[in-house]
Amino acid sequence: MTTSQLPDPSQNSGLWQPNRKLSKTMEKLAKGLFGAFGILSIFTTVGIVLTLVFETILFFQEVPIWDFLTDTQWTPLFTNSQYGIMVLISATLLTSVIALIVAMPMGILAAVCLSEYAPRKVRSWLKPALEILAGVPTVVFGYFALFLVTPILRPFVPGLQQFNGLSAGIVLGIAILPTIASLSEDAIYAVPQSLRQGSYALGATKRETITNVVLPAALSGIVASFILGVARAVGETMIVTIAAGQNPRLTLDPRVPIQTMTSFIVQVAGGDAPTGSIEYITLFAVGMTLFLITLVLNGFSFWFVRRFREKYE
Amino acid sequence: MTVTDPNAFSQDDLAKQRFNPNLAGRYRLDNIFRIASWVATIAGLVVLAFLLIDVLVDGLPRLNWQFLTSFPSRSAERAGILAPLVGTVWLLFITALVAFPIGVGAGIFLEEFSTDNLFTRILEINIGNLAAVPSIIYGLLGLAVFVRVFVDITGGRTVFAAGLTLALLILPVIIVATREALRAVPDSLRLAGMALGATRWQTVREHVLPQAFPGILTGTILALSRAIGETAPLIVIGAQTFVPYIPSFREGGFSALPIQIFNWVGRPQAEFHTNAAAGIIVLMIVLLIMNATAIYLRNRFQAGKV
Repeated sequence: MTTSQLPDPSQNSGLWQPNRKLSKTMEKLAKGLFGAFGILSIFTTVGIVLTLVFETILFFQEVPIWDFLTDTQWTPLFTNSQYGIMVLISATLLTSVIALIVAMPMGILAAVCLSEYAPRKVRSWLKPALEILAGVPTVVFGYFALFLVTPILRPFVPGLQQFNGLSAGIVLGIAILPTIASLSEDAIYAVPQSLRQGSYALGATKRETITNVVLPAALSGIVASFILGVARAVGETMIVTIAAGQNPRLTLDPRVPIQTMTSFIVQVAGGDAPTGSIEYITLFAVGMTLFLITLVLNGFSFWFVRRFREKYE
Repeated sequence: MTVTDPNAFSQDDLAKQRFNPNLAGRYRLDNIFRIASWVATIAGLVVLAFLLIDVLVDGLPRLNWQFLTSFPSRSAERAGILAPLVGTVWLLFITALVAFPIGVGAGIFLEEFSTDNLFTRILEINIGNLAAVPSIIYGLLGLAVFVRVFVDITGGRTVFAAGLTLALLILPVIIVATREALRAVPDSLRLAGMALGATRWQTVREHVLPQAFPGILTGTILALSRAIGETAPLIVIGAQTFVPYIPSFREGGFSALPIQIFNWVGRPQAEFHTNAAAGIIVLMIVLLIMNATAIYLRNRFQAGKV
C-alpha cells in the first residue's frame, strides 16, 4: 500500500480530530489507581512483618531469646512467668501431625477417586460437595470436635479427657482434607493420558497404573498439597482453641488438654491485654513464631514444586 | 514377576514357573484399592452430613423468633443473637465495600495493564504468600494497625476496624478470582477493541469487564462467605461477647455470629450449647444463601458464555 493512493490526511484533519485527551487521562488514571491497589497488598505484607518484628523486638528486650527457645514451661500469665515457646510448638506439632495422619491417606485416596474412578457426572457433584466441607466455618468444626467427636472417642481411648489433642487433631484433619484432596487432584489430573495408556499397554492393572505411574508423576504436586495442608493446620485456630483446651504443657500425649500457639493468642487477646504490657507483646512474639513457621512451610512447598515437577509436553 | 535371566525365556517350563501374572490376586487388590478410594471420598461427605444433622437436632428446637430478636442474656432461654447478627451484616457490608473495588482493581492491573517486570513479579509472589498467612496473624495486624494506630479513624475495637481487617484477609482471594475471570475472556475481544482505537482502559471497561463480571462476582461472594465465618481475627481485634445494643459503625463494641457461637460453646451449661447449635444453624443458612447465589451466578455465566 502506498500513501499516494490515499487522500492527503492533512486535508481531512481540519474536519475531524479525535480528542483523545480525556481517554488518555482516564487510561493513566485507571492504571495508576489500580497499580496503587496492587501496592496496597504489598503494604499488607510490610505491615504484618513490621508489626510482628517491632513488638517481637520489644519482647526479646524483656525475655532472653535463649530462654524463649529452651524453657520447658509456658506461664506468661503467672507472676513467676516463663516463656518456653517449645511448649506451644509441641502442642501445635501434635495436633498438626494427627491432622496429617487423618488427612493424608484420605486426601490422596479422594483425589484418586475423583480423577480416576468417579464418572464425570458423579464427579461434577462430588467436587462441589467437598467444597462445601471446605467452606464450613472452623468454629463449627470446633463445636463438632468438642460435643460429638470427643464423646464418641471416650469409650475407645482410655484416659481421654474432655479437652484433648486427639479429637481436635482428627477434626483438624477433616478440615484440611478438602485442601489436600483438591490440590492433589489438580496434580493427578495434570498427568498426561499417554502415561496411563503406556502403563496399560504393558499389562498393568488400573491400581498398578495409579500407584506406580500416575502418583509418582504427580508427586511434586501431592507433596506440595500436604505441606500447604500442614501450614493450614498450624495456623488453624478455633478447632484447637475449643476442643484442645488451654493448658500449656510440654507433652506429646494426645489425651490431655494442651495449648497451641493459636489458642494462646486467642486466650490472651480475648482477655483484653493493655497495650505495651508483657502479655500484649507476648502475643506478637508467638504470632511471629507462627508466621515464620507457615512462611517456611509455604516457601518449602514452592521450592519443592519447582525442583521436582515433572514436565510433560 | 521379574525376569532377571534372559535365558529363562528360552526354557519354556522355567519361564512359566517364573512369570506368574496372578491376575486374580492383582484384580482383587485393584478392587480393594478402588473401594478404599470411594470410602475415603464418601467419608468426607458422611462427616459433613453427620455434622449438619447433629447441629440441626441440637439447635432446631431452640430456633425461633425470640432467639433471632433478643439481646444476650445471662439465662440461656432469654438470650438471642440480634446483636451478633447485625454485627455480621455490618462486617459483610464493610468488608465487601472495601475489598471488592480494591481486589478487582488490583486484579485488573495485574491481568490487563502490567507488563512482565520486577514490580509485577514481586506483586504476584506477595499475593501468593498473603493468601497462605494464617487468619489469626491478620487479627494481630488489625489489632496493631487499625485498632491502635488508626484509632482516630476506626474508633478502636469497632466493627469498622474488624471490617477493614477482614477486607485485607480476603483481598488476595478476590485478586486471584478476578485474574482468573479476566483470563477466561478471549483475547480477540481485547484485540477488536483496540483495533477500533479504544484505549486499554476503554476496552477493559466496555468489553472485557462485563464478560468477566459474573466470574468476579462469584469469586467475591465465596471470599466474603469465608470472611463471615472467620472467628480468630475478630477475637484478636477485640470483638465482645456481651453486646446488649445494636452495634454502630465506629462507636462501641461489636459482636458477630461466630464470636457468639464460640462464647456459647465455651460456657459450661448445656443450655448454652443448644444456643450455640442454633447459632450455627443461622450462620450456616447465611453461608448457604451466599454460596447458592455464587453457584447460581456461575451456572448462568457458563450457560451464556460466548
